[in-house]
Amino acid sequence: MEIMVDKTGSGVRSSFNQAATLDRTVRARGIKSRLFRLAVIILTVISTAPLLFILFYIFRQGIHAINWHFLVNIPRPVGETGGGVANAILGTVLLILVASVVAIPLGILVGIYLSQVVTGRLAYWCRLSVDVLQGIPSIVIGILIYEWVVRPMGSFSSFSGSMTLALMMLPSIIKSTEETLKLVPGSLQEASLALGVPYYRTMMKVIVPAGMSGILAGVILSISRVIGETAPLLFTAFGNPYLNSNIFKPISSLPLLIFNYATSAYADWHQLAWGASMVLIVMILVLNLSTKLIQSRWKAQF
Amino acid sequence: MEGAVLNADGFNAYFGSNQILKDIRLEIRKNQVWAIMGPSGCGKTTFIRCINRMHELTPGARVGGSLTLDGEDIYAMNPVMLRRKVGMVFQRPNPFPTMSIYENVIAGYTLNNIRLTRSKKDEVVESSLKRAALWYEVRSALHQKGTFLSGGQQQRLCIARALAMNPEILLLDEPTSALDPMSTAKVEELLHELKTQYTILIVTHNMQQAARVSDKTAFFFLGEMIEQNDTKTIFTNPKNEKTQNYITGHFG
Repeated sequence: MEIMVDKTGSGVRSSFNQAATLDRTVRARGIKSRLFRLAVIILTVISTAPLLFILFYIFRQGIHAINWHFLVNIPRPVGETGGGVANAILGTVLLILVASVVAIPLGILVGIYLSQVVTGRLAYWCRLSVDVLQGIPSIVIGILIYEWVVRPMGSFSSFSGSMTLALMMLPSIIKSTEETLKLVPGSLQEASLALGVPYYRTMMKVIVPAGMSGILAGVILSISRVIGETAPLLFTAFGNPYLNSNIFKPISSLPLLIFNYATSAYADWHQLAWGASMVLIVMILVLNLSTKLIQSRWKAQF
Repeated sequence: MEGAVLNADGFNAYFGSNQILKDIRLEIRKNQVWAIMGPSGCGKTTFIRCINRMHELTPGARVGGSLTLDGEDIYAMNPVMLRRKVGMVFQRPNPFPTMSIYENVIAGYTLNNIRLTRSKKDEVVESSLKRAALWYEVRSALHQKGTFLSGGQQQRLCIARALAMNPEILLLDEPTSALDPMSTAKVEELLHELKTQYTILIVTHNMQQAARVSDKTAFFFLGEMIEQNDTKTIFTNPKNEKTQNYITGHFG
């Protein structure tokens, strides 16, 4: 606080008044900052509460359905009790695996390119396309894959579902790779080049490993984002009540099964849908927690 | 008399239309320690970055004139092969963060896919760290990450990494500007020991450092080499007025 120079002659008195005012202001500020802190805490609790309610409700509904039988059996026909979601679990894992095989190398390579080339026409258009791709609704991607893959190949297939998911994973892998690698100091690249290491080996052996934790985190987050996709799989992977491991045949997935069974008229199937929801939520939780773990364990110190 | 390890003859460097180095003439002989000093922006860093062709990594950079290493034109060589013969240490220590101390020292081999036997690796690591005066401080922690070391130790680790490749010439770009006085003293001491085996070129804007570590000094000013001579002569009896002003602290 600035103390004014007193020119009127009543120096002592006015400085005494000033001290009293100062005291009051400080107290008012203390109250304000306590109020602010309280508001922040309350709002945080309010915004976290829905998540906790959702988790609680799904676990309460789903936990009864989950047992070993549920995890290793396929659904029974209407009228028979029991049955499980093994087909959907296998389907989800297979869909994600094939999608990852396509999207991860491609995404990381594009991310490396964008992190290295800051200006230039190709980089500009590439960055723009990635942003736009990120914003395309998943159902639109699904219908494109239906036109491009399902129709030419003549049938719904796990493969076409994976392509849909791969397209949806690409933008977040590219973005996270680009952003992570931009944070790797240029001095590391110079150190490697100065040792006579060719450019591509410098990228693959020095720069990418230095950003590995961020890249992996991006990859896992992109998986947890698409693992719950339903709409685009309706007309690509299609769903399958039987166990299938052939990627050129229709396949089930957890979200597809939840969609089909939750909208059916049978209480037994509703129970299966709750159980499947819980399995899906647990998968996503595990993926998210492993991201945190990777970020804290593998972080490179520059 | 032996031929020059490094010979610059009318060497020029540019960024776009901006000429950074003008007609540099310099002859560096084996086992000499050369200091290049001058105020900021005089082109001294650009000059040593031209020697291992790091200069050309910046878009718009060009060079002209002749620069040879052991009689071979540097700009006719493959830059990757050239850089294996020219070691470089940077202003800020830059050990590889994903590698241990051990791996950092032999990084020049592993990154270049040069296979060494286990015992040969151990030998290279030990001798390089000894030459960099770091062995006794880190020999019990060889498999810890290099980034856990102090700044001065990291810089000596970077020197060890460069020495492991047995370079023809070692370039140091203000190697102590990011270090505290104690670490600086250690690095300078190290340079004294290294000059029996290596040809060294050190860039510095610290005159005392140039005076302490080098046999020969070149003074750069605004992209031109103003004067070069024995370090003692330069500091006691500079011929050029600009050199004299710089040394006596009138500018820079």
